[in-house]
Amino acid sequence: MTQADFYTILPLTILTTWSCVLLLIDLFIPKDRKSITALLSALGLALTLGFTLSQIGREVTGFSGMVVLDGFSTFVNALLLVSGLLGVALAYGYVKRMGLERGEYYTLLLFSVTGMMLMAQATDLIVVFLALELLSIPLYVLAAFARPKVESEEAGIKYFLLGAFSTGFVVYGIVLVFGATGSTSLAAIFASASTGTSNLLLTIGAALVLIGFGFKVAAVPFHMWTPDVYQGAPSAVTAFMSSGAKIAGFAALLRVFATAFPSIAVDMTDVFWALAALTMIVGNVVAISQTDIKRLLAYSSIAHAGYILMAFVPYGNPDVAPVSIAAGLFYLVSYALTNFGAWGVVIALEKSEGRGLNIADYAGLAKRHPALAAAMTIFMLSLIGLPPTVGLIGKFYLFRAVIDGGFYGLAVIGVLTSLISAFYYLRVVVTMYMRDGSPTTERETWLDMTTGVMAIATVAISLVPQFLFTWASSAVLKLF
Amino acid sequence: MEFLLQPLTFLTFFPLLGVLVLFFIPSDRKDMLRWTTLITTLITLAISVWVLTIFNASNPDLQLEARYNWIQVAGWNIQYYLAVDGLSILLVLLTTFLTPISILSTWTAVEERVKDFMIFFLLLEVGMVGVFLAQDLFLFYILWEFTLVPMYFLIGIWGGPRRIYAALKFFLYTMAGSILMLLAILWLGIQGQTFSVPDLITQGGIPADVQIWLFLAFTAAFAIKVPMWPLHSWLPDAHVEAPTAGSVILAGVLLKMGTYGFLRFNLPLFPQASLQAAPWIALFAVIGIIYGAAVSYAQADVKKLVAYSSVSHLGFVMLGLFALNPQGIAGAILQMINHGLSTGALFLLVGMIYEQTHTRELKVYGGLWKITPIFGTIMLIVALSSMGLPGLNGFVGEFVILLGAWGAGMPGGALSAFGGVWFAGIAAVGIIMAAVYILYMFQKMFLGPQGEIVDEVKRHGHGIRDLNWREIATIAPILIFIFWIGLYPAPFFNLMAPAVDKLVATLQTAALTMP
Repeated sequence: MTQADFYTILPLTILTTWSCVLLLIDLFIPKDRKSITALLSALGLALTLGFTLSQIGREVTGFSGMVVLDGFSTFVNALLLVSGLLGVALAYGYVKRMGLERGEYYTLLLFSVTGMMLMAQATDLIVVFLALELLSIPLYVLAAFARPKVESEEAGIKYFLLGAFSTGFVVYGIVLVFGATGSTSLAAIFASASTGTSNLLLTIGAALVLIGFGFKVAAVPFHMWTPDVYQGAPSAVTAFMSSGAKIAGFAALLRVFATAFPSIAVDMTDVFWALAALTMIVGNVVAISQTDIKRLLAYSSIAHAGYILMAFVPYGNPDVAPVSIAAGLFYLVSYALTNFGAWGVVIALEKSEGRGLNIADYAGLAKRHPALAAAMTIFMLSLIGLPPTVGLIGKFYLFRAVIDGGFYGLAVIGVLTSLISAFYYLRVVVTMYMRDGSPTTERETWLDMTTGVMAIATVAISLVPQFLFTWASSAVLKLF
Repeated sequence: MEFLLQPLTFLTFFPLLGVLVLFFIPSDRKDMLRWTTLITTLITLAISVWVLTIFNASNPDLQLEARYNWIQVAGWNIQYYLAVDGLSILLVLLTTFLTPISILSTWTAVEERVKDFMIFFLLLEVGMVGVFLAQDLFLFYILWEFTLVPMYFLIGIWGGPRRIYAALKFFLYTMAGSILMLLAILWLGIQGQTFSVPDLITQGGIPADVQIWLFLAFTAAFAIKVPMWPLHSWLPDAHVEAPTAGSVILAGVLLKMGTYGFLRFNLPLFPQASLQAAPWIALFAVIGIIYGAAVSYAQADVKKLVAYSSVSHLGFVMLGLFALNPQGIAGAILQMINHGLSTGALFLLVGMIYEQTHTRELKVYGGLWKITPIFGTIMLIVALSSMGLPGLNGFVGEFVILLGAWGAGMPGGALSAFGGVWFAGIAAVGIIMAAVYILYMFQKMFLGPQGEIVDEVKRHGHGIRDLNWREIATIAPILIFIFWIGLYPAPFFNLMAPAVDKLVATLQTAALTMP
């Protein structure tokens, strides 16, 4: 292991070591003082974030091209670490209140972040697979963390079974790709695919990989597990899962397809087109009839996977690909911020035994807690894509990529489904502002702070997005 | 940071300062909240008058530019770009003029959640003024969509019994149009490498077959907002359910955003498509004039009657715009102002009587003239203005529009290919129909035997009273302009003439290159 190898995975190493040590330390932390574990895990994440940020602008390949450190991975890693921090902040009071406070919660979260980060850095399909497992297994456990609550156990099992099933697709896809090209390294696959003649095997392999990741990012028709798991899992877990797993899944998809499979873009563009359209339509239409806020956000999460998938459609066009990758990354940031904020509000209203999760329970929130209602309104506007929020800027960027690539039909589907989404997001706003009720909320410092900071960030980034634009567009993948 | 010190930046964002102050006033100090808002809007009005004094009316170009390279990274070229010219200056003034009037009208009408109401109203003003000043498509789109949010809350929280339905319908309808415009804006921005409207106009060169698609996408947004027949069905619901101040702003300003959009974007950006589409738009406009007038007459609810009359009046504006000649366009701009004044005043008056009677059913009214002579007189003036009586403002606008439409119907005009002068002829019938429904309303309310509502109100208290000083003060400024424009419209035309001529010249150049 050379120094370059080590430098490539430095943040990963720090976080893994920290998690392992924390697992041991946690044994000595008394049961009623588990908040120490939370603080220590946040410290670990912050430390890793510091190292990741110090690597901005560096480009190093490690372990004979198995992992890489580049602008793309730095960007995604930073986003993942921030998500991890937000995940800890949301969980801090929630697990205590729900009686779930066990030290493993935080270590599992840390391990999952490690897997996600490895995913963003992987340049070999074997490493992608490794990262996929490392990120998924802790999430299966976290989904079932509220045991012996039946819903939570069901969520865990469901997530595990379908997750394992989807991993099977990924592995089989990798095998076929290996069969077609003789390698699992993305660079070698690219080289071999652009010279080879028959690539039916490669196309099928790539499609299977796509199906596997389709499960992870909750793209239609691989989304069936999402509402149940998002609803059953503890809200703090769902908040983290819906952002983190999506970021990692899309990061891997972007890297694999843009760098290894541009030669089959002719076929794959249509597939992505259909997937994106289907996901946007089904996600948004089914969300209309939801009455439970967690299920609503689950379908919203599916719908947003569809929007991000739009960034993949022009991936084979070398002129547009950099824009679309940057757009995808920016949209992931905007979704993550908004999503964490919205879940923060959900957590603030949630009572034990699953009460306070109906949208009807939000009635009168504007009178009782105007700040909380205003924050939720900002998040809903951002999810619709209305000013003055980062969601609008994200959609602008995405649609620009799609229109630049010449996919006008998809763009029209995209905006029309946004219109549909306005209907159900506004229903939450209607309930908060225009119906009477007297909801009670939990005020926890970290929770309030997270929600508040997310609300401010959602508005502020829409006014000064330059910094993130620059960063996202410098994070585009190096094509071979 | 020089752009922050420009007059137009002050004008647009000054109400935000008021919002900031409102945050620190306790919710139960209602009068303090009202006064703060009123003073804020009055200062905004003063700023706009100051802008008018430094505005050079003989210059056809954009003036008082506040420009700043907002987002200039990663292939984006977005500017913070505010400017004003003859096409927009009157609309800006209309907005800043109607806002304090609306605030005055809420003095006793809004008692619940006053603080929220005032905050939303000031945010709405920021959006509206910004829409009329923005010269960058991206900035324009942001402000355009932003006006939806406060209006949605104004209808949804302080509206009538079906307010939630109406608010949602308003929101979704408008958004449906504007998202299609979003795609067209992106296409323009990508092709032209800039979102700045003047730059895009200078570049020109959009192929005719593409122009028509872009034209249609922009039209989707603006036609719904105007609203043009047959996309008007959100309007009566929104108007009837909205609180009085909301109706005034909705009719007075928000609808003008649609017609202004045609004027500012569709005509100069897509001149050839505009020429092609002109007869069709005029056809829909004329249908709207007749349809709106006919449906108005059939209404049993006063507010609904006024709402449908907007469909008819805005038809005139659209007809004038797409006559594509100086008379038509100038008449249309003036008619936008007229409609804002007279329909705004009608909504105010209806709101004032509703506050006392809590009903808008025409059939329970009657004989109010004897009880409320001042109210009756003012209502009569406003009604006559709305139906276009010579000497009042409505006549001037409609007359000039008809002149323009007639001219456009002559050989070589924009409407000559498609029925010619009949557009003007049918529109003139619309004026007569306007007299029918307006006088019908006036007669039902003020003349004839005393309506049952008079006794009904007496039974619950002191009976119907005439307008008080605050109410007269609310409506009086509008009356001044109704007479001023009616008797001496020249200063208003002079403000817009150079810009209108420039726009028409652009269209004529484009006509020469038509295939």
